[in-house]
Amino acid sequence: MKKISLIAAGAALIALTASGAQAQQTLDAVKKRGQVICGVSQSLPGFANPDAQGNWAGFDVDMCKAVAAAIFGDVKRVKFVPTTAKERFTALQSGEVDFLARNTTWTMSRDVQLGFDFVGVNFYDGQGFMVPKKLGVKTAKELKGATVCTQTGTTTEQNLADFFRANKMEYKVVAFEKNDEVLAAYDSGRCDVFTTDRSGLAADRTKLKSPNDHLILPDVISKEPLGPLVRHGDNNWGDVIRWSFFVMVNAEELGVTSANVDQMKSSANPEIKRMLGGEGDFGKMLGLDNAWAYNIIKMVGNYAESYEKNVGPKTPLGLERGVNALWSAGGLQYAPPIR
Amino acid sequence: MAVDVRDAGSAPSTPIWLDARYRAIFFQIALLVAVLAFGAYIFHNTYDNLQRRGIASGFAFLGSTAGFDIIMHLIPYQASSSFGQALLVGLLNTMVVAIVGVIGATLLGFTVGVARLSRNWIVARIAAVYIEVIRNIPLLLQIIFWYQLLGKSTPGPRNSISLAGLFFLSNRGLYMPAPVTEDGFWLTVAAFIAAVVGSVVLARWSKKRQEATGQQFPVVLTSLGLILGLPLLGLLVMGVPFHWNYAVLQGFNFEGGMVLIPEFISLTFALVLYTGAFIGENVRAGIMAVSHGQTEAAYAVGLRPGPTLRLVVIPQAMRVIIPPLTSQYLNLTKNSSLATAIAYPDLVAVFAGTVLNQTGQAVECIAITMAVYLTTSLSTSTFMNWFNRKMALTER
Repeated sequence: MKKISLIAAGAALIALTASGAQAQQTLDAVKKRGQVICGVSQSLPGFANPDAQGNWAGFDVDMCKAVAAAIFGDVKRVKFVPTTAKERFTALQSGEVDFLARNTTWTMSRDVQLGFDFVGVNFYDGQGFMVPKKLGVKTAKELKGATVCTQTGTTTEQNLADFFRANKMEYKVVAFEKNDEVLAAYDSGRCDVFTTDRSGLAADRTKLKSPNDHLILPDVISKEPLGPLVRHGDNNWGDVIRWSFFVMVNAEELGVTSANVDQMKSSANPEIKRMLGGEGDFGKMLGLDNAWAYNIIKMVGNYAESYEKNVGPKTPLGLERGVNALWSAGGLQYAPPIR
Repeated sequence: MAVDVRDAGSAPSTPIWLDARYRAIFFQIALLVAVLAFGAYIFHNTYDNLQRRGIASGFAFLGSTAGFDIIMHLIPYQASSSFGQALLVGLLNTMVVAIVGVIGATLLGFTVGVARLSRNWIVARIAAVYIEVIRNIPLLLQIIFWYQLLGKSTPGPRNSISLAGLFFLSNRGLYMPAPVTEDGFWLTVAAFIAAVVGSVVLARWSKKRQEATGQQFPVVLTSLGLILGLPLLGLLVMGVPFHWNYAVLQGFNFEGGMVLIPEFISLTFALVLYTGAFIGENVRAGIMAVSHGQTEAAYAVGLRPGPTLRLVVIPQAMRVIIPPLTSQYLNLTKNSSLATAIAYPDLVAVFAGTVLNQTGQAVECIAITMAVYLTTSLSTSTFMNWFNRKMALTER
């Protein structure tokens, strides 16, 4: 009898103490820590790649820096955590990183079932194939019987299966855990084809021994909207990331750049005034300083600047804006107004 | 009445909290409660957090469509199969590596173990160098080394190294003809089973007869004859009911036949080489543990060196060898999870990797994977313990 009541008491105690971490606290935790922890790719030139000194640079890295600029007014206050495709979701779920800016495709199951919130699409992409030119392949429909290298834990793996199944073609897949392993296997001839998002193909091609011997096939076999994501349930934190991104897109649309942002502060345009903190309390709404957007633009730049610097036509990746142009230029990038 | 007996033992004035027997029981209960409470807390907290973040939990995902392909599957599997089937594919791939690895490592280990004790200086040195080099380099490096070596040293499929036009070695693996059975093959299978059963019966009968009369019977040769001969007879009677499916170069790759993928070859090879070195040392230790007097006694009763080793030394050495051998078998099975490093689709790569990522159910996937490894290891252990008891010295 005594034993039973003791266990009951223990159980009650557990039920009381096990409140778990409250979800609404990421921003406070980040401020307290003095650093935002950002999950990025391990090494993907143009998106997230450390240089010889260990400084991270890239399109996704700029997203991390923008958030640090918004919160702290200091782009150095980011800790970059390189994650494999396989590890990334567990890292975010467990709270090891505050958010992911890791060319991750927004899918329904990830949004709903995995317990995440995608806050926007910073790069519209699609899956493609890269082959050595000497194979003489011109389209993906000619890949019957090919061996394909890809990374585990990606939408790529499933799109690949869908594509070959839909076209009734046989194929073999060799799936590696790290992107660099996939590339090495492709380079050594273990596979005929390398598949991932087309932006990734462009990035990885620059790492091959002779990039010009390889061809990215014209076929796009999937929709891959890539964007940053946070844990589901902490809406305030999600807002911080979402609007940090929207500031960059809005800044491009309004013609505000890192070079002219100081002059623009005295602009008469009410939209610019609201964005740069001249009017309203938009930073305070997020729990930040009103100079949040100014800091992002000054320290990181607008969307176009980040794009051109990291992945644009003048970089080794050489990606045209295409669907990632502003809506006003016929593309898909469209940010809600700051008001 | 029992109360009287208990009280008679200790001084009646001792309070219950100072009584050593009660205290022992109390602390055990307290520890049990603490452990249970801790477990319940962890479980509750995890479940609570998963719920709070809206992460799906439970095992229903095992039935939903996987949607990805696996390069090596021993059971029928395609992208439209379920996650549960993917689990099975991964498990079988792990088991194949483990079984082939255990057999290979045992043969290699016994060979080098005996070789290191050889009177031939060169043989003993080669064995020693092999053991010392291999067992002092991390296994992961060795696996990657052999994989890279295989990948870099073999040509592409269009220039593959061909052996008699039947076997083709390239960086896509080793292609070979696959036997395809036709109707009537059942007789061959039945004949094989009959031959195995017959051999076991024969061995028992021969042992009994030798114990009773001292007469020996060539069991090994007869069994070999049975196991090879009977199935062959079965084949011939039914008019050879199978044909070969040859690998043919078509487009990018070989089509048809059977293939050992490079990932399988290098993983198994590295595991055999690595574990074989450890088993070699176990074997050497076992043999050296048998006192030299045993050998001398065997010679004294007129046994030649061969039978001395087989009938006197090895049976006694086995008692020393088997327990560490069991550990090596378990290590090999667990080490096979390093397959992830070279894209071999084993249990960890497929289930704790791809499936975990597709479903996001880390807790369930890792729990299942651990449970599978635990079950496999405990089964191996149980079998080896049984074998150990069987080999133990029977006192007569």
